[in-house]
Amino acid sequence: MSYIIQGETCDWEVVIGLEVHCQVTSKSKLFSGGSASFGGAPNDHVDLLDAGLPGMLPVVNAHCVEQAVRTGLGLKAQINKRSVFSRKNYFYADMPLGYQISQYDQPIVGEGTILLELEGGKTKEVGIERLHLEADAGKSMHDQHPTKTFVDLNRAGVALMEIVSKPDMRTPEEAGAYLRKLRSIVRYLETCDGNMDEGSMRCDANVSVRPVGSDELRTRCEIKNVNSVRFVMQAIEYEAQRHVELYDEGEEPIQETRLFDSNAGTTRSMRSKEHAHDYRYFPEPDLLPLDLTDEYIQNIQASLPELPDERRERYVNDFGLSSIDAGVLVAEKENAAYFEAVAKGRDPKLAANWVTTNLFGALKKIGKPISESPVSAEDLGKLLDLISNDTISGRIAKDVFEEMVENGGDPEKIVEEKGLKQITDTGAIEGIVDDIIAKNPDQVAQFKGGNEKIIGWFVGQVMKMSQGKANPGMVNKLLKDKLSD
Amino acid sequence: MSDLSKLTIAKARDGLTKGDFTSVELTESCLAAMTANKGLNAFITETPEIALERAKQSDARRAAGTVASGMDGVPIAVKDLFCTEGVLTTAASHILDGYTPVYESTVSAKLKTDGAVMLGKANLDEFAMGSANVTSYYGNVVNPWKGKDGKDLVPGGSSGGSAAAVAGDLCLAATGTDTGGSIRQPASFCGIVGLKPTYGRCSRWGIIAFASSLDQAGPMTKTVRDAAIMLQSMAGHDPKDSTSAPHALPNFEDALKGDVKGLKVGIPKEYRVDGMPSEIEALWKKGANWLKDAGAEIVDISLPHTKYALPVYYIVAPAEASANLARYDGVRYGLRVDGQSIDEMYMNTRGEGFGKEVQRRVMIGTYVLSAGYYDAYYRKAQQIRTLIAKDFTDAYQKVDVILTPTAPSAAFAIGENQNDPLAMYLNDVFTVPASLAGIPGMSIPAGLSENGLPLGLQLLGKSFDEETVLRAAGVMEQAAAFTAKPGQ
Amino acid sequence: MSLDKATVKNIAFLARINVPEEDLDPLAGELNKILDWVEQLGEVNTDGVEPMASVSNTTLPLRDDVVTGGGQPEKVLANAPESEKGFYTVPKVVE
Repeated sequence: MSYIIQGETCDWEVVIGLEVHCQVTSKSKLFSGGSASFGGAPNDHVDLLDAGLPGMLPVVNAHCVEQAVRTGLGLKAQINKRSVFSRKNYFYADMPLGYQISQYDQPIVGEGTILLELEGGKTKEVGIERLHLEADAGKSMHDQHPTKTFVDLNRAGVALMEIVSKPDMRTPEEAGAYLRKLRSIVRYLETCDGNMDEGSMRCDANVSVRPVGSDELRTRCEIKNVNSVRFVMQAIEYEAQRHVELYDEGEEPIQETRLFDSNAGTTRSMRSKEHAHDYRYFPEPDLLPLDLTDEYIQNIQASLPELPDERRERYVNDFGLSSIDAGVLVAEKENAAYFEAVAKGRDPKLAANWVTTNLFGALKKIGKPISESPVSAEDLGKLLDLISNDTISGRIAKDVFEEMVENGGDPEKIVEEKGLKQITDTGAIEGIVDDIIAKNPDQVAQFKGGNEKIIGWFVGQVMKMSQGKANPGMVNKLLKDKLSD
Repeated sequence: MSDLSKLTIAKARDGLTKGDFTSVELTESCLAAMTANKGLNAFITETPEIALERAKQSDARRAAGTVASGMDGVPIAVKDLFCTEGVLTTAASHILDGYTPVYESTVSAKLKTDGAVMLGKANLDEFAMGSANVTSYYGNVVNPWKGKDGKDLVPGGSSGGSAAAVAGDLCLAATGTDTGGSIRQPASFCGIVGLKPTYGRCSRWGIIAFASSLDQAGPMTKTVRDAAIMLQSMAGHDPKDSTSAPHALPNFEDALKGDVKGLKVGIPKEYRVDGMPSEIEALWKKGANWLKDAGAEIVDISLPHTKYALPVYYIVAPAEASANLARYDGVRYGLRVDGQSIDEMYMNTRGEGFGKEVQRRVMIGTYVLSAGYYDAYYRKAQQIRTLIAKDFTDAYQKVDVILTPTAPSAAFAIGENQNDPLAMYLNDVFTVPASLAGIPGMSIPAGLSENGLPLGLQLLGKSFDEETVLRAAGVMEQAAAFTAKPGQ
Repeated sequence: MSLDKATVKNIAFLARINVPEEDLDPLAGELNKILDWVEQLGEVNTDGVEPMASVSNTTLPLRDDVVTGGGQPEKVLANAPESEKGFYTVPKVVE
């Protein structure tokens, strides 16, 4: 299903590219020994280089290089054996050196791909253009004082991976899926915690439109620093529409940087600057080129964990799960781990069903992440065992589960205490069935008259009479046999 | 005792060891010389208390038998480009008004650990940009050597204060930095020895950066032996500087033990420039003969890209400087001149805080990196730099060291050349190529001009082969027997 | 490659250096002289020549991922012309 905007003269499609900045998970910063942890009292994580003091020099953090390579491999990308750091020159209050040490024409990672999972089980491959390492800027606060801006350099120098996609996305949904998948990958790799609301993952969206069928690339606008997946999708929707409206009016969008106003759901131009940025990139003279060996790259490749795509395939192949269900489970590493613990030695489809439907549903309701689940994987597993060995029916299990979510507890104990064991004694069930049949001659007549569906009503009555404990399969069989007599 | 400041490091080392005098006495002599010669304006900040404190500590170490090094107790001047903890550091610029570092540069820290006594921060050209020390916010430095007509002369630059202090016997030695000749050229103008080691030999951590790929700290001393002793304390790998060389240090003083028999000395024809004063050419020939007489072989060589070195330098150095000086913005230290907006504050601060020469170079640097010009200027210059470096590597297949004049003239009068930046830049014509190639270079005083002013000769060596340079310089120094002093 | 007054003004802004109006023309003159002089580099054939990456022939050193600095905001702010509550302060930036 393509995303088309109907204009006055023609239909338009949207061309979307995303630039995502991921803060590298590391103890210290990319070029200095200042702490890279989030927060802290103002200017407490600032070392001499971070403060841009005279005579200070950068030294590259080995772990950050590894993290970048790891991420590149996770994106199935080309790792460049030689990469070069460059200075990106511009003045800003939170840029203490007056330049950012980044990578320009020789980034550490080249082209790769991400596989998106879309609605209805569809997939789409989106290209990655490159990934490079750069130092983050500090934080400027403009709202602390009427005439002054407050500057905190704690964040200045933290390692960032800038991941640039190819302009392969065509719908806001694809953009959302890209961000979710990228986040999933970096969290699996533990190279970034992907927290858009904390700012450890930031997205700039590049949007342009073109008439359906053409392959030209028209003027694009960059929407900066949108801090949630939902807002990125909204921003793209709004921006694309804005472009179409301009073209309809016989005008053109201006190539510019814009901000998304999440309250209004609109984008607006950043206060226009008289002069565009001329970054005057040149190779960083305080550093040498970064050379990586084949061995180094292979070692990291060998140490990669199973990634979402591979895990999903495994779930489909080994567990017989549907691609969609598998996709839901693998998106978050913790969820997949939980599922596998539940599925171990049990029916994986049953486990998948219970985890994705019942558990996730419950967690969403109580607003907790899986790490704080009131029901442990072990206990959920026990509950499933009770279903599998016919101790309780699926229906009763749902009640038990609700009890477990609310008050915790071992499922076996709950079943015991509440006397919820399933009635499987044929004799007992038969008794109830006979009873219901005897008391409802009209319905029996309807069944005999050809309304086979009324069996469902009978089943319901038997279940009610047995307080839900009768084994539904047996009930069905007995009813069929007796009514067909 | 006031003559103690006239000693060399080696003689002071001897005297201190023998107990002929103490470091405190040596230091007091220098402090007195500094007071008597304030007219030279060689120092921006004098640190007599620190000096005497360190001298006392040195004497205590000596008494306890724990002498730190050959530099222990030796009073030196530190170019005010080295950040010194708790001591005003200005880079001779208004923009660093009041700047007191909370850290010590690696090189000055090493000298401190080795027991050297810091007398004060020596004057220089602002941000090390200059060849005459006439751009300092703290005023010109005056060469202790006077012109024939008594005119004040420039000491050379950018390490003009360091050179003047050594030449005037205000100290026994001084640290300098050399980016395009800023140690060697003032050494030549002041009749002293100046050594720019191989790029990476000394750490740049804590030295206020001018051009990162060129800056190098080095000793400025009265003799070749002194340079070897001081370099021993200054040099060494520093993990805080990614361009710092991991090479182990040899014993530099030991290099002076050898001779130059069979040493191949290259004479590059391209250094014979148009309009070169005949006395300099004559001195150059003389220098070659000294080496020849000592058993060396003189070989004619060609360094074909020599003439492009200066324009390459005046693209690359300003480009790097334009970025290195971006941090001086009034936000976190130094001068702040207010403005209605932050951009206005930047512009006012930097417009007022930087002197004219610095502004010129930052503007050139900004321009040659700007959109549309990067390839034609910066990239092109870096390509030619590769060719210049290759000229040397090729030449060193045939020779071991290269001999050239250090400067195209003797010291000139203060005020001369000042209206023409280009004319000023030409002072570095002989020193810049070695900077671009990163190879070591040393200037020694070789003779006097017809006006009685010092002229230096320069020896260039292979990367990390300071030893051969020192050895050859030692031989030349003996042959030159340069004993002239300013004001005689 | 001649710089006019407007270009000089632009470069001055890129470099954030306030050059008084009356100094723009003389400065342009000085810069032009220097730029004309460096033009001679165009004579050199640099086909296939790599721009110098570094005079050092060593490999890029890498450091361990350990916190070795920071934790001393007073030191960092010690030379600040203006600060408040532990922050550097500057004239308000409008975005």
